[in-house]
Amino acid sequence: MPGEAPQQLDSNEEGLIRRVCNGEAAAFEELVRPYERVVFLTAISVLRNSADAEEVAQEAVLKAFANLPNFRAECKFSTWLVQITYNEARMKLRKDRRHLFDSVDEPQEGEEGDYSPRDFADWRPIASEVLENDQTRQALENAINSLSSMYREIVNLRDIQNLSIKETATVLGIPQSSVKTRLHRARLLLRDALAPGIDGRWSAKQDYRKVRPW
Amino acid sequence: MTAIEISCAEVWREISNYLGGEISAELRDRMQAHFEVCRHCSAVLDGTRNVVELVGDGRVFPIPEGFSRRLYRKIGPR
Repeated sequence: MPGEAPQQLDSNEEGLIRRVCNGEAAAFEELVRPYERVVFLTAISVLRNSADAEEVAQEAVLKAFANLPNFRAECKFSTWLVQITYNEARMKLRKDRRHLFDSVDEPQEGEEGDYSPRDFADWRPIASEVLENDQTRQALENAINSLSSMYREIVNLRDIQNLSIKETATVLGIPQSSVKTRLHRARLLLRDALAPGIDGRWSAKQDYRKVRPW
Repeated sequence: MTAIEISCAEVWREISNYLGGEISAELRDRMQAHFEVCRHCSAVLDGTRNVVELVGDGRVFPIPEGFSRRLYRKIGPR
């Protein structure tokens, strides 16, 4: 990075990176701090385990620190950091599962096909206090964890972390068109999982019972 | 052009792009007209919007307490 004209950095990050590369290691924490949450949620979206996610996050930050002099600013620093985290998490998953003959790369079949919603229950607007409700959080966490990894990762990067389509494609190493397709399907799957209400009481043959917390 | 000229299946296919404002003005207008007359698609739209809102709210996915403090420990003292 030093000596080159960065294309994707704001001036503050550029300055921090320069300071770290010039030996001021303490500036690294300041550089990463705005993205700590992104790093953790990226790791847990792959690993689905908080302790593993923390371990991977620490490894990813260490790797970013060691490789910062090689960062060429071809993407934003945050995208680069998330990409490192994502790759570390995938590596850990492969390592932990290598004795299980279980492929980390899930089948891509059906990804391009149309998806039809399962039910059409009306869903009232979400009240603000509901978002702080433990039951809501648990329902959402369960719904996201029920997704296959390729949908879970997309939801994390696009809808939780608000990365752009281009940034998400860079992190995952897939075309932007696939990001759009997967995100679309993931959202409809989540809607199907959540629309019946947190206790799952929904029957097409009965009137909808308002069991949802929102 | 009548509102129903776009099918429900086409609407479902484009709902995410609609929410993200990533469709043409012409398609957006056709979808809006469809939502006004199709209760099912309107429900799917509202539900999907709620999902995006729920998932994107920072309060829903807190990071573990002390995570920030522990994050840099492998780097060592700086």
